[in-house]
Amino acid sequence: MRVMVLVKATEDSEQGNYAEHADEFAAMGKYNEELLKAGIMLAGEGLTPSSEGKRVAFGDDGGSRVIDGPFAETKELIGGFWIWQVSSMEEAVEWLKRAPFRGGTVELRRIQEAADFEGKLPQEILDAESRLRSQSGNE
Amino acid sequence: MADRADRGPRRTVEAVWRIESARLIAGLARAVGDVGLAEDLAQDALVAALEQWPASGVPDNPGAWLTAVARRRYVDGVRRQVSFERKVAEIGRELAEAESPMDEIEFDEHVEDDVLRLIFTACHPVLSRDARVALTLKLVGGLSTDQIARAFLVSTPTMAARITRAKKALSDAGVPFQVPVGTELAARLASVLEVVYLIFNEGYAATSGDALTRSELCEEAMRLGRMLAALAPGEPETHGLVALMEIQASRIPARTGRDGELITLLDQDRGRWNRLLITHGLAALARARSLSGSEFSGPYVVQAALAACHARALVAADTDWVRIATLYGLLRALNPSPVIELNRAVAVSMADGPAAGLAIADSLAGEPALRGYHLLAAVRGDLLERLGRPDEARAEFERAAAMTANTRERTHLLARAAACA
Repeated sequence: MRVMVLVKATEDSEQGNYAEHADEFAAMGKYNEELLKAGIMLAGEGLTPSSEGKRVAFGDDGGSRVIDGPFAETKELIGGFWIWQVSSMEEAVEWLKRAPFRGGTVELRRIQEAADFEGKLPQEILDAESRLRSQSGNE
Repeated sequence: MADRADRGPRRTVEAVWRIESARLIAGLARAVGDVGLAEDLAQDALVAALEQWPASGVPDNPGAWLTAVARRRYVDGVRRQVSFERKVAEIGRELAEAESPMDEIEFDEHVEDDVLRLIFTACHPVLSRDARVALTLKLVGGLSTDQIARAFLVSTPTMAARITRAKKALSDAGVPFQVPVGTELAARLASVLEVVYLIFNEGYAATSGDALTRSELCEEAMRLGRMLAALAPGEPETHGLVALMEIQASRIPARTGRDGELITLLDQDRGRWNRLLITHGLAALARARSLSGSEFSGPYVVQAALAACHARALVAADTDWVRIATLYGLLRALNPSPVIELNRAVAVSMADGPAAGLAIADSLAGEPALRGYHLLAAVRGDLLERLGRPDEARAEFERAAAMTANTRERTHLLARAAACA
């Protein structure tokens, strides 16, 4: 199974204050190396401050409106993520407990597989969605 | 056997075991010089954890806890042996000797080298293939004997006996706990990669057995491959194998239809392919190529390049068959086999037309290795049909149907025979 690890933003990550966190960065580098050597890391990236971000808000009529960052609710923002391949949610929790974070919350979410939808949506919708994904496929 | 309240902690212990066991066993093996003994000590520590953690909670540093327990068992064992031999006076000195290497077991560079040693030892050619596969899953993968038994459709006692025999065989042969160097390295690495790919194919190729267990085997093989690629990053074939497994595994969600029937590559709904695995696999392939400086350094890299040709085509019609035919030619040069040549015949027929493909397929007619091989007849049938020779095509499809043991395949071949007009 795959899980996404969602690391929440902090005041400092939102300010782009990386200099004061050199030690944490070094520790995180070592931790990432551990994840690689355990063979579980499929992806992992940090995100720039939300001041560089955009939001697109959709109306009920399908119309859209663009909102420029930064966004206020720091604790709800995502600062980075990993995608791990693990054998259970418990294994993901145990890996995450080894991460060198100081303060803050990190969220673990299982990534959906096709089996999660079976019987929950009409097959035609699943087939159509699958066709769309193949047309927008990228590497 | 566990009640509901007990299940949570038990799953936590299992999760910690998955993470820590390879490093634990590897560190112990370096200290005591015997993989079998190291595994026994580690198992003792696991039993202690299962007894104590549900009540005490998981310790802050579970790896260090497990190491400390295993180490104590070892020292107790030495102490018993020493007193039995009435060398009481020497206890102090012997213990000091016995303990010192164990003190080094920490989470450090050493231990990562040890994990690599553990992989090479578990895949030592002195063992049979089956034994290598079982031992690798047990020692490096951290799977239980019961899990391995279920994955390979044998009873737990059978698998337990296989693992015990393998550990004994390593001990009897005096296999050193080392990563081979020099000229030996290439052959031993090939054995390691073969074991990893066998595990993958056990999960990927078989259609029987518990589907969940099977996909777990694929995932475990990919994890082992990535471990190897991170621990010994200089070997192009390791990255090639990772790429091959990941790109093949990307197709698992598209490989079976709603009724469980197999869907061939060209008919698969490519929207179901796992893009993340494809991306990761293509990156691994790029790393293999940049390391070797050549595009095609070994059979895994070439097979990964073949898989990548399909992964890059968003629809089947975009497939680069010319390149695929070239790659099969390279693969045949590295690893001569009539089955590879038959695959090349199919690729050539897609690139240059059915007549060119048929010429290659016909050249294989006398191959002893392909006698009774239904796919040779099936391929000939397909090419003859495309050439507008229906009578010959029908005969070939019927011949192929008579040779296959797979019911679904036979039905499919007979339907194709009937459609030849």
